[in-house]
Amino acid sequence: MNNIKKFFFSNVRELSLILVIIFISIFVQFRSGGNFLTSENIRDLFTESAILAILSVGMMMVIITAGIDLSIGAVMALAGMIGTTLLKNNQALSPIIIILVAILVGTVCGMINGVLVSRLRILPIIATLGMMNVFRGITYIVSGGGWVLQNNMSQAFLGVATGSILGINNLVAIAILIYVIGYIFLNYTRTGRQIYAVGNSEESAMVSGIKTKKILWLSYTLMGAIAGLAGILYVCKFAAAQGETAVGYEMNVIAACVLGGVSISGGMGRVQGVLLGALMLGILNNAMPLINVSVFWQEAVRGLIILLSVISNAIIQRNVEVKALRRRNI
Amino acid sequence: MAEQVMKSDGTRIVASERGFSFKRFILQWEWMLVLMLVIVNIINISFSPNYANFTNVMNAMRDFLDKAIVVFPMAFVIMLGEIDISVASIMALSSVIMGVCFKSGIPMGTAIIIALLVGTACGFINGIILVKFKQLSSMIVTLATQIIFRGIASILLETNSVGGFPSWFNQFGWGKVGSVPIILIFCIVEGLFFAYLLHFTKFGRRTYAMGNSVTVSRFSGIKTDKIKLIIFTVTGLMSAVAAVFLASKMGSVRPDVAKGYELDIIAMVVLGGVSSAGGKGNILGTVLSILVIGLLRYGLGLINVQSQIIMVIVGALLIIAVAIPNLKSSIGRPEFLKSFIKKTPAKN
Repeated sequence: MNNIKKFFFSNVRELSLILVIIFISIFVQFRSGGNFLTSENIRDLFTESAILAILSVGMMMVIITAGIDLSIGAVMALAGMIGTTLLKNNQALSPIIIILVAILVGTVCGMINGVLVSRLRILPIIATLGMMNVFRGITYIVSGGGWVLQNNMSQAFLGVATGSILGINNLVAIAILIYVIGYIFLNYTRTGRQIYAVGNSEESAMVSGIKTKKILWLSYTLMGAIAGLAGILYVCKFAAAQGETAVGYEMNVIAACVLGGVSISGGMGRVQGVLLGALMLGILNNAMPLINVSVFWQEAVRGLIILLSVISNAIIQRNVEVKALRRRNI
Repeated sequence: MAEQVMKSDGTRIVASERGFSFKRFILQWEWMLVLMLVIVNIINISFSPNYANFTNVMNAMRDFLDKAIVVFPMAFVIMLGEIDISVASIMALSSVIMGVCFKSGIPMGTAIIIALLVGTACGFINGIILVKFKQLSSMIVTLATQIIFRGIASILLETNSVGGFPSWFNQFGWGKVGSVPIILIFCIVEGLFFAYLLHFTKFGRRTYAMGNSVTVSRFSGIKTDKIKLIIFTVTGLMSAVAAVFLASKMGSVRPDVAKGYELDIIAMVVLGGVSSAGGKGNILGTVLSILVIGLLRYGLGLINVQSQIIMVIVGALLIIAVAIPNLKSSIGRPEFLKSFIKKTPAKN
């Protein structure tokens, strides 16, 4: 009994998210006349949420260090644009090389953010806000204001988003891979645990011998690399790269993290929670058209659900803390 | 912090006890901004001969002053160590509601008042959520309300726009008293008011105190919740005022108006030396930074620099501006240079 209680209290966040997801699924299933929980729609749902989910892992690492990265939408656009411009000029390039180039571009962008935050001690929100403008501007300069469209992309490259491995769509497979790596990295490696330590208290972490600057820099660099990967996948999925690619996407990613229980003040957050948060947003995006919510209502409903879940989580957390204090019989 | 001077017994010396020092006066951030403003103007004058012309500068003001209206209250928000990214959405929502009211036959004056009330209500909602649920960060709450407010705006107008406002309404954006635009006069009055509020009233001193530490402020008897609520509500109200000016300037309202303004506004506040770590900054700095960013954009636009390159320049300027004070305080220390060359030796 005690173990069950312990499990419940340590996983309140994830369990309540699962409950909400189940509730929404049942509701939508009935309202849409059984069109929601079909294998085809669920496959669509996962494919649609894969990119958001991939980005959420990186954003989680940054938020755990008590930072934030507003530049990822711009990094995605830049990486996607440079990757596809290469492809446009040389159709024979293998998609693997394009993806690696995009990851490299993202990594460099992330490194710059990391140096600004860790070495120059600029507040993350300001540093990444400034770099967002810079990266977005560079994207326009690289593209000359133009688009790279489907007919400029090779079939092999476009196949990345539509193809599948072992019956799982490539995007979903990549997301699963990233989550497995992220889970192991954050829970079972020394560097991963140090990220949490830095987020809890940078000073204590430094005093206990953790190279805090390196950890901060590393988390932004990893975020950049992930944003580069996500950017090229995004461009591949929508078969178009332009200056406006993924404008405002960072807000979706932050929302997924917050839904998943990552604390903006740092030091808290779990990979499994973030996965559920990203899935939840994916389900909302997928379900609302199914139950005929008009396009114009979707934004407001999404915002309202984010707000309500954040507030309800605050209430749950408060009650859990009060109960935990009571159990100690002070 | 470089400017926190410690006495030998470990207590901090308050600014007023320190007396006047010429070195500290000259190293103030505001001089940096004045220097930037001078450089921007020199560049503008040398590249475009028609720039140094009173009428042109006045016209330039109209370009960016609608953002400036929100910059002042935002400075208070950031001084608290909070942030409000919903301001642009509040602008969109209140201007859309004004348009919808006008279209349904309500007189323009009443519609404007309704818009202002809507903005105030939006700001109040942000504030009340933050006050009631203290563990929520303002970033998250305003992120969610940002989506909601713009969502409501697009529910109301879908993809339509409303225009055809009465001609007196256009005077807000385009009208002039003599050769000074009305919006400039409004901004000066507003700036003076906020400067008075911040630097000469109890409210302002308490805002500074809360920016330093909310807990300490509460224990010393400041009604922290009330102040936070007031500041967010006023931010909402001023966003609605900015929305009225913007709608007047554009002649019509759409749900996607003012997209991305919040980032420009935050950039102006931060460049003005207001610290988002809380408790630092003044109104003079924000005024200077409004002029620096605004005139830079205008000048670059005059010589046909692409807007994308302007984006890069403004972004880089923001980062350099914020990095300089940090560099200044760390260059003096020997570890700083060493940290680039080799690993910092562990301190004992």
